[in-house]
Parts: sequence; structure tokens; C-alpha cells
Amino acid sequence: MSMLELRDVSKIYGHGAAQVTALSEISLTVDAGAMVAVMGPSGSGKSTLLTIAGSLEDPTRGEVRIGGTSLGSMSRNDKARLRRRTVGYVFQDFNLLAGLTAAENVALPLELDGTPARTARAVSLETLEKLGLAERAARFPDELSGGERQRVAIARAVVGERRLLLADEPSGALDSVTGEEVMRLLHNACKQGVAAVVVTHDAQLASWADRVVFLRDGRLVDQTAPPRTPESLLTPGPRQ
Amino acid sequence: MCGSVSVRHALLALLSEGPKYGLQLREEFEARTGEVWPLNVGQVYTTLQRLERDGLVESDGSADEGPQKGFRITGAGADELATWLRTPPDLSAPPRDELVIKVLVAMRLPGTDVHEVIQAHRRYLVELMQQWTRIKEDEASYDVSLALVVDAELFRLDSVIRWLDSADGRLKRAAADQPDQIQPATGALPRFRRRVGVRR
Repeated sequence: MSMLELRDVSKIYGHGAAQVTALSEISLTVDAGAMVAVMGPSGSGKSTLLTIAGSLEDPTRGEVRIGGTSLGSMSRNDKARLRRRTVGYVFQDFNLLAGLTAAENVALPLELDGTPARTARAVSLETLEKLGLAERAARFPDELSGGERQRVAIARAVVGERRLLLADEPSGALDSVTGEEVMRLLHNACKQGVAAVVVTHDAQLASWADRVVFLRDGRLVDQTAPPRTPESLLTPGPRQ
Repeated sequence: MCGSVSVRHALLALLSEGPKYGLQLREEFEARTGEVWPLNVGQVYTTLQRLERDGLVESDGSADEGPQKGFRITGAGADELATWLRTPPDLSAPPRDELVIKVLVAMRLPGTDVHEVIQAHRRYLVELMQQWTRIKEDEASYDVSLALVVDAELFRLDSVIRWLDSADGRLKRAAADQPDQIQPATGALPRFRRRVGVRR
């Protein structure tokens, strides 16, 4: 089942001589349980694609469907509800609220959606425990390492029934080993059925994805073939 | 990364832990390189014979060349191993890089979109990295040796992709600022070659 579908999506900013085409006729489908990475240089439209996929912005043309529902006919309130219930975001700079503990940060989207505080907190603690952060639940963001903060951000992104995870350079602020842990968590979330779109210019990060698509000047110009089995790399060759 | 010289020194390293048989050396070599570099028994014995000839290992003297023949490292072998570990590989001169040559040719070839050529290589490299990452995902978290080997490959491939990204951006800027720089060549060698003296 496709969790996210973009059909001929274009995004144009400005008018006349100042007009800029950020995205041009993008079509992309992400199934439940799949991770798709979007690679491209700065200014290629990666972040615009993510904001449109997450309904934070409307496309100028084309259609976006999340969980089979078209966003085009939705009211602003319906979109906000869809974002709270279905879509989780992970940013490079974590975007945790400094005045809330890890558990409160993770519980927040549930509470905003009307879940009673006690239930939200229980679900939050359960999610933190799955990500190995149970002992950090009562800590504030400035008491956590960069890797721990991003893991809390991932917990916040997947808490509840979220089925679509959108990540913008999620390990960009982390060292490579910690970044790998973060990617492993995102990958595990996908194994549980979450669909993920990860925007990045980092090939090591992108290589965790099932499919990598390449953007250039707002156009989707290429994508990787379905992954082959890694055994081919381990076949004895002419090496000594 | 693992040419015959590396096998030679890897065997010395294994023997520095104590005397071992040839078959045992092969199994331990493969285990410690995450089983990414298989060796055949013939390679092991050929290398051991050369090490013995050079005085870096000695055998237990049995005439049998089979799996029961034992080897131990000599003092000269231990010195050779210590020196090799601390000797950086020669990275001082630019290597002959097929990919660099292809991009240099593509940027001057009429009717060829150099960005499309770059993208074809980028896609292939990312696909390779996906395969290596699958290995890490499946097994390397339990095997530090394998994780190190996979990381080395991922960083190597990543560095090539970074060069492609950089070339892509540089050529795009050059096309806007100095279009004559990416026109078909008129016979002159690229200037960098004369300056740095690319190894032939």
C-alpha cells in the first residue's frame, strides 16, 4: 500500500520575472515499510519536496496523497489533524522544546491531538523504551547528547499511529557512528511498517534507503535500481 | 587494499600471536577481515614459502607441505611487521583515475552531457553503497572486523561521490561563468597535468 504519493507535483514561487520553479512535475510513490532517500545538491528542491509531502505547503500543480487520501480537497484543519496523527518529522537540529523533558517532548503531539495526558505519557515512555532511552525520559534536551536528542526526536516522530516519517538531514549534526545509530533506528521503524522519506546530500546516509531518487534543478532525474543481494560483494574475485 | 603485500603482513601479524599451521592461518585471516577477502590455501602456502625464503618466518622443519606444517615468526619478521604497520601507503601522487579521465573527456566531447555522465556514475556508486550497507545492517553490528571493512568501503565510495558532486557543481558554475572552459579541446593538454605531473 502506498503511504505517500506525489503525482506530477510542481511548486513555483513568485511571479513574472521573479518566478522560481522549485519543483517540476515530480512523481514519487513510497510504500508502507519502505525508506526512500532523496539526494541532490543545495537548491535542487529537496526540502521543498519534503514540506509538500508533509502538507506544510501546497503544490502549485499536481496532487499529494497520504495514506490514500488526497490533500487537495482537505481543509486546513483536516490537514493539521492528518499531520498530527499520521506524519512525523525529524530535523537536522532536532527541534525539541527545551523546557520539556524527553518524555514530555514525545508525548506532546499526542496531547495536542486530544489524548489524555496520562495515556500520552504512558505511550511516550513505551516509545522511548523501544529506542533505548527509558533512562533518559526525565532529562531535558540540554542534558542529552546529540545522538540522544535525535533519538528522542525520532521517538516523537513515530509515537502513536504515525505511518509516514519525513526526515531532513537527520544525522547531519552527528558524528558518523552516532549518525549510523540514528539511521538504524529509522530503518527499524520502516521494518515495523512506517514509510520514510529521508532528504540528504550524504550518500552514506542515503545508502540505508531501499530506493534513492536524485533531484536536480527541481526535477527527479534518476533513481537507483532495486537493491541486489549483498552476496555479490563477497564473491571471491581476483583479489589476493 | 588487500594485495599480496597485505596478505604477507597479515600472516606475519597472525604468527606474532604464536606458531600456527597454514590452514589455521587461512581461517583466521578470513575471520579477521570479516570474511570479505577469501584466500585459497595455495596463496597462503606460496606466501609462507616467500616469507621463509626472506627469513621472516621459520617452519617446524617437516618436509610435508600439508596442513600440519607449522610456522612461527622470526625476530626479523617481527621487525618487518612493526615497520610495515607504521609506514603510510603511498598516497602522495595523484593516481591514474579512470573516473576522472571519463569526466574530463565527457566535458569536452561534443553532444555529450557531462552531468548525465556524472549522474550515471553517481547512481552506480550509491547502488554499491546500498549493498555494503545491507551487509552492515545484517551482520556488522555483531562483528567489529566486518564493520571496519564495510566502513572502509563506504568511506572510499563516499569520497568518490563527493568528488562527483563537487565536479557537478564546479562544471555548472563554469558553464555559467566561463563557457569556453568546457568547450571541446583544441589539442592542448589540460593545464593541471603539466603542473602536477600525473603518474603514468
